[in-house]
Amino acid sequence: MFEGRDLLIQCIGNRLRRDDGAAPAVGDRLRAQGLGECVRDYWGEGTELMQDWEVARHVFMVDAAHSGATPGTIHRIDARVFPVPKNFCYYSTHRFGVAEAVELARALDRLPPSLRLFAIEGGCFDAGAGLTASVETAVNQVAEELRRLV
Amino acid sequence: MNDLAESDKRVIQVNALARVEGEGALYLRVNHGVIEDLKFRIYEPPRFFEALLVGRDFGDVPDITARICGICPMAYILSACQAMEAAAGVSVNGPLRNLRRLAYCGEWIESHVLHAFLLHAPDFLGYQDAISLSKDHPEVVNKALQMKKYGNQILEVIGGRAVHPVNFKVGGFHGLPYRSAIEGLTDSLQWGLETALELTRFTGGLDFPDFDDEYLSVSLRHPDEYAIHEGRIISSDGLDIPVSEFEEYFDEEHLEHSNALHGIRKGSDRPYVVGPVARYNNNQDQLSPLARDIAAEIGLGPVVTNPFRSIQVRMVETVYAFEEALRLVRDYQEPEGPYLEVNPSSASGTGCTEAPRGICYHRYDLDQDGRVRVARIVPPTAQNQRQIERDLWGVVERHMALPDDQLQWVCEQAIRNYDPCISCATHFLKLSVERV
Repeated sequence: MFEGRDLLIQCIGNRLRRDDGAAPAVGDRLRAQGLGECVRDYWGEGTELMQDWEVARHVFMVDAAHSGATPGTIHRIDARVFPVPKNFCYYSTHRFGVAEAVELARALDRLPPSLRLFAIEGGCFDAGAGLTASVETAVNQVAEELRRLV
Repeated sequence: MNDLAESDKRVIQVNALARVEGEGALYLRVNHGVIEDLKFRIYEPPRFFEALLVGRDFGDVPDITARICGICPMAYILSACQAMEAAAGVSVNGPLRNLRRLAYCGEWIESHVLHAFLLHAPDFLGYQDAISLSKDHPEVVNKALQMKKYGNQILEVIGGRAVHPVNFKVGGFHGLPYRSAIEGLTDSLQWGLETALELTRFTGGLDFPDFDDEYLSVSLRHPDEYAIHEGRIISSDGLDIPVSEFEEYFDEEHLEHSNALHGIRKGSDRPYVVGPVARYNNNQDQLSPLARDIAAEIGLGPVVTNPFRSIQVRMVETVYAFEEALRLVRDYQEPEGPYLEVNPSSASGTGCTEAPRGICYHRYDLDQDGRVRVARIVPPTAQNQRQIERDLWGVVERHMALPDDQLQWVCEQAIRNYDPCISCATHFLKLSVERV
């Protein structure tokens, strides 16, 4: 259970589905830089994300995207202001996902005071470990951007 | 969905079903009002868990198989643990057993509530999704979210975390939870029980599509309790066997159109059903008086034949799970130690528990060093696939006159009756309806 703090970085993905592991890789880099206390990994079940928004003021979500953009593209969305496109951060039809969680929380007035999404466009979601080169580059960029922001 | 209809020839195609666990599809072709072909197809890639278990130490298996599913990891953890314990001739009883049952109640609560109110309820009320539902019924969705949170909380206290808990091992637990943490669940479980009753009554006001079938219900049954994590395997037509004989009576077959194996009853063409409706049909007499009363109040008889009422059964089971969890917390006795020593070698063992979606069977053959030689896992959704296809035939026949979009709606609703966990079954969904 997330104990609650001002800042929470939610890294969402599956390391064993290639580029779906982008966000966990961002989390690894942030932990290596001493930001582990703010970082938590998630498998993408939306209500779990929402549960932790109850106890954090500033939330950054990092996820892999599958929107048709060039792999490695970094999408930045201020989720307090803009909707997260359905199926955007939702590689499969699993569960109740990230986009649904944000929009459900908005409908129920349960969004945290600050909620920003970094979504890294993936190129390969096959089974197996390892990021594609362009996603690896984007991971480093997002990690650095978050480090500077927090 | 594609509509290639011309006069009495229609084609409907939907390529990805939403609000189910995993990736699957339905293909349906109708010719002059007659169903020519119907396939419930699971296209999520196979994950070969059984193969990757071969050569692993018996103690690794529960944590590996937990990764099959993020919604029902307890089913895999405990079925695997029981199989290893059976191979070693060890029984886990008393307070350790009660702690396992309490954790399993947590899994039923979080899984049932997620499905009933965030995935399935919108179907009955004409909403596209839970977001639309929440705009008109925010109090219902907020309460459902809180109940799910309390289910997760049980798993966090006992298992270390809600998703893929890490504190379970063959023989028991790596470490015992603090008594104060167990006792600290009391107030949330009491609130959850009262709220579960309220939301169960909410399902009593839903309209259910007209459809009935005589289901062959297969479930666990335990002599002393509503079976959750232990029991013999029984069927509504009289089968009553120990878990170790499962493979003598049940098998799986591969069909070309699906990546998931289809469960079959040996020597029979009749599909069978596992899950909440099967459990209710077989074991309704063992529910608590409170759960039986609320079931009767919302219109459930002793046997459920309309699969669309599965949402009500899930909520009755949620009432039971909160009540049972509360009992286990109030009666909690700290085990003498966190686990029993279990060292299986050169043996085979079987385990079976009631995942939220139905029985989850495991068998492991172990070598002299306790390493896995053969692994066999039969998840609930694989067993339900044939019955889902049979239901779809019936639903389409009865609702043939509906326009394509409404027919698609009721078909998807019918599939969600089973809360299919496609991820578990692949070793699963898109919807195509073709009228030619």
